[in-house]
Amino acid sequence: MEGLRRLRIALILSFLAVFASHCSASSSSPQELQIISAERRIDLSSHIVKVFLTLKVENIGTVTASEVVLAFPPTQVENIALVKASSVVGKRKKKTYVPLPVSPSTQPNGPNGAQLISISLKDPLNPGETLTVEVLLILTHALEPFPAEISQSDSQLVYYRDSALILSPYPVKEQATYIKTPSSKVESYTVVDPTNRVNTELKYGKYNDQAPYSYSPIIVHFENNHPFAVVEELLREVEISHWGSVQITEHYKLVHAGARHKGIFSRVEYQSRPSISGVSSFKHLLLRLPPRVHSVYYRDGIGNISTSHLRIGAKKSELEIEPRYPLFGGWKATFVIGYGLPLQDFLFESSKGVRYLNFSFGCPLADTLVEKLTIKVVLPEGSKNASAVVPFPVEQHLETSYSYLDVVGRPVVVLEKKNVVPEHNIPFQVYYNFNPIFMLAEPLMLVSVFFLFFVACLAYLHVDLSIRKS
Amino acid sequence: MGGSTHQNTPVSSTAQVSSSNNMKADLPFSFSLKTFKLKTKQQELLIRVTILGLVYILAFITRLFSVLRYESMIHEFDPYFNYRTTLFLTENGFYEFWNWFDSESWYPLGRIIGGTLYPGLMVTAALIYWTLRFLRFAVHIREVCVLTAPFFASNTTIVAYFFGKELWDSGAGLVAAALIAICPGYISRSVAGSYDNEGVAIFALLLTFYLFVKAVNTGSLAWALASAFGYFYMVSAWGGYVFIINLIPLYVLVLLITGRYSMRLYVAYNCMYVLGMLLAMQIQFVGFQHVQSGEHMAAMGVFFLMQVFYFLGWVKHLLSDTKLFQAFLRVTLTCTIGLGGLALGVGMASGYISPWTGRFYSLLDPTYAKDHIPIIASVSEHQPTAWSSFMFDFHILLFLFPAGLYFCFKRLSDTTIFIVMYGLTSMYFASVMVRLILVATPAMCLISGISVSATLKNLTSLIRTKNKTLHTGSSKGTVSAKASSKASFDQSPPFGKKTAIALLVGAFYLLSQYAMHCTWVTSEAYSSPSIVLAARGAHGDRIIFDDYREAYFWLRQNTPQDAKVMSWWDYGYQITAMGNRTVIVDNNTWNNTHIATVGRAMSSYEDEAYEIMRSLDVDYVLVVFGGVTGYSSDDINKFLWMVRIGGGVFPVIKEPDYLVNGEYRVDKGAAPKMLNCLMYKLSYYRFGELTTEYGKPPGYDRARGVEIGNKDVKLHHLEEAFTTSNWIVRIYKVKSPSNRW
Repeated sequence: MEGLRRLRIALILSFLAVFASHCSASSSSPQELQIISAERRIDLSSHIVKVFLTLKVENIGTVTASEVVLAFPPTQVENIALVKASSVVGKRKKKTYVPLPVSPSTQPNGPNGAQLISISLKDPLNPGETLTVEVLLILTHALEPFPAEISQSDSQLVYYRDSALILSPYPVKEQATYIKTPSSKVESYTVVDPTNRVNTELKYGKYNDQAPYSYSPIIVHFENNHPFAVVEELLREVEISHWGSVQITEHYKLVHAGARHKGIFSRVEYQSRPSISGVSSFKHLLLRLPPRVHSVYYRDGIGNISTSHLRIGAKKSELEIEPRYPLFGGWKATFVIGYGLPLQDFLFESSKGVRYLNFSFGCPLADTLVEKLTIKVVLPEGSKNASAVVPFPVEQHLETSYSYLDVVGRPVVVLEKKNVVPEHNIPFQVYYNFNPIFMLAEPLMLVSVFFLFFVACLAYLHVDLSIRKS
Repeated sequence: MGGSTHQNTPVSSTAQVSSSNNMKADLPFSFSLKTFKLKTKQQELLIRVTILGLVYILAFITRLFSVLRYESMIHEFDPYFNYRTTLFLTENGFYEFWNWFDSESWYPLGRIIGGTLYPGLMVTAALIYWTLRFLRFAVHIREVCVLTAPFFASNTTIVAYFFGKELWDSGAGLVAAALIAICPGYISRSVAGSYDNEGVAIFALLLTFYLFVKAVNTGSLAWALASAFGYFYMVSAWGGYVFIINLIPLYVLVLLITGRYSMRLYVAYNCMYVLGMLLAMQIQFVGFQHVQSGEHMAAMGVFFLMQVFYFLGWVKHLLSDTKLFQAFLRVTLTCTIGLGGLALGVGMASGYISPWTGRFYSLLDPTYAKDHIPIIASVSEHQPTAWSSFMFDFHILLFLFPAGLYFCFKRLSDTTIFIVMYGLTSMYFASVMVRLILVATPAMCLISGISVSATLKNLTSLIRTKNKTLHTGSSKGTVSAKASSKASFDQSPPFGKKTAIALLVGAFYLLSQYAMHCTWVTSEAYSSPSIVLAARGAHGDRIIFDDYREAYFWLRQNTPQDAKVMSWWDYGYQITAMGNRTVIVDNNTWNNTHIATVGRAMSSYEDEAYEIMRSLDVDYVLVVFGGVTGYSSDDINKFLWMVRIGGGVFPVIKEPDYLVNGEYRVDKGAAPKMLNCLMYKLSYYRFGELTTEYGKPPGYDRARGVEIGNKDVKLHHLEEAFTTSNWIVRIYKVKSPSNRW
């Protein structure tokens, strides 16, 4: 009993301490900064929305600030695939960008459930100083097709919802938002004066002196016939063989995530009027593969798909594939792509016999969103101490798999991540220990089996097992 | 690859006879053999094993053309069902498989898979798969299925060798093995990817025959037991086991009549029949048919006859008086025949013994199917065989076969009587149905093997007897001097040495022609998967039409999981296996009425067809159409069979309604019913807008070479759901009634 009570007191005390520190943080930091000017450019030309945010931040408080906080409406937070921030150092021509670490903020949410993400500054911002921060934001599932179902001859219209004012925990002195649509066909858009549209660009602002957390919802309804290629699930298996090759097998579950196709599919119209019919559908996909790729195959559950072209270049290889049928809204296709790569391009040896694989993380399909990506790195049999280093948070665990002639099984490093966009195509590393003697295990096994077989044959020919005397 | 491997065949088939020449020519080889100090017998063994090994490999690799030219895939129609069931077996285990009720086919009836199939093939493939998996070979079940037929073809060559050895000598065995390894008649059903029952069944058939002949020769219970198990495997693999269970009694009967009855025969037949019957009844699909159906009665009759015969022999042994025995014989015979006849009559009348099935009748009478069972007659492989296809599938075997028969009659024994009977009966069946060429192939190869081997042996011994004084040492290298002396019964003195050499060269030429022909046939005719169509483009490049898989994969990915697809029965297995959707009818044509209903829907006007489709709960209709590509085996060309089969059950459908003056046409002069039936509408929907060939009017059907008669096709109850890129497969969605207004 005594111990329990003591524990409770300790808990309460610690809770109080945390609370106090939070209060101080939330009460002090937001007021100290203000945004002098903010510019937001939203690129809606594909189904992956890119937002470029340039903030000029000034410290008007008395304490040095170590982080800048960004605020997002809760509906948008779910769609954020990636936030990248960098500070701009130098003026005009000598501009350099210093990447800054980004993490979910420790502070409580803002009003109306606004979520906060904080950018830690490399050098703390002293009172009176200003700093320019550039933020790249990638949003997925941000475009909603409306109408949700279209027929073959219709083009695809989508909604984009956002705020005319930049949501920020700081007061914003001056701001403007530019929205770039893929074509000049914009059905409608919310007007928040001053708003004007020139060709494919829609400009909101400039707005002056907005209080923290100002919000003004807008809807843009426009035409977007960009292929909405979404890979629902992608499983990439990277198998390392120390005999000289890395074998990659990729299992795709592809879907056209745009407006659903309704009614008939007419081949006559699709063939004879390609400019009108099925404009939102797609039939080609492009994969960017590493150079020196070999033995590429492209197949699905019922066999080989013969429509693909491979171009091997010195810097990169390109594989153009066609699914078996054109993909209209809501149509799915599953397929497998496999290829081999030379080992020396991807496997390196660091100190003391530790080897590491350096391989690109994302999906090789260009301009595609992957909802769930699983990477399985199958290490050779006999590898030990496997660990992965990935530059962004992923779920990881270890498995064992069995392939040709395995006895103890191969260790498999499994990495899982949701909402992967092309910007995630950056290398990751898997470190492991491997003794080259294990390479000989399987050949020796085969040799001994054949040896035993021949010995058995010899014995059979020389030993007379019959009971009867001949 | 093909060219070099096939060069082996003539070499291997003649190697054992011309080996002495090889030895002389190949001095280093004979030198190396001498240094190893191999005895003649060992040398012979070495050569024999090497040739057999080469033939084994050859039989396997010659069947890989389809894999190299296309890909590792399952071919044709039926193999897709076998593949699907094998997949189910490996995933769910044997008991699930045995009790599997498949609701995806024959909607709304479903199909009890375990009770309506021969499981031998699937179990074999699954066993191979599990063994490989156990040995840690990470193979996919599809690869196993694709390579099962070539693997068993290789095994068949080994059986053929032993059979030939039993029939004649090891030389004939080697020749027979080499001949069967590349014989097109067998390859047509056993290329890689042709995952069908016949692939393993021919192996089982030949094995059973071999073991039975061996049992008759030795009178050993062990061999008879082995042949019973061979028979069991055959029953589990293919419906063609009926051939075994009728041929063996016939053979026994012939031996009885020719006075060759022996204790060996008694032991072999009784053991094989009783055990084989008991084992065969374990297969659900056969069950009590084995003792009740008309097809199996011959075997039972001969079994009882054997007992009577044995009994009579025993009585004759006891009775010394011949007169008494004669009287006894008369009484016994009349009693037996009377009793047997009575039992048969009562059995037939009470329905306990089922009469012969239509398929059996159609075998005995080639015209039967045409008049009574259109569904059998509609299948191209059930047509009577043309002379050209005999030539195509057998080539020189067609000439060697009579020669082999001559040799067999020259040296008549229990075994040669068997092979002669096998050869003659199977030749008859092969001429009745194209697909039964397959059954005749082993007999053709064995008998031809005898003729080739015996002829060559005679010729070489003729050459050697003259040369013996000169090359005594070299004769050591020949395969079997013993055998050649045995074969000298057919000495034909008028031949001079030169004639013999000329004849040898001629034989060599014929055999090499055979090898060339087989390779050509295999690569050109029998290695096409028929799912993927290939054509030559205008610039000589290869164009692939992969429309079938395009459509099936579309069905699999983009239709509701429980959608029902109606199509002509040919595509049923493929739709369930590749499209993973429920079908109304499929290639297992057990319910004629159901197929006729589909035939009726296809040949009715759209309104009537809609009622039928509603009653069958159809969601999608799939038709195959070759008008754009010129693919001739499409549904329009099969349409008359749909009319016939539909009309066979529903007299509303009348064939003359679709013909004009007995002529089948689709252009302007076609019958009005033809131009407005569902099949016509679905095939030609919006086809009239398309220009298929330069310089021809729009709506020009390239498969039939005419401009279609009804270009303005309107559909009311169906809508186009998908058409493949070359229009080969067209899928329509059946609208639900509420959408009509």
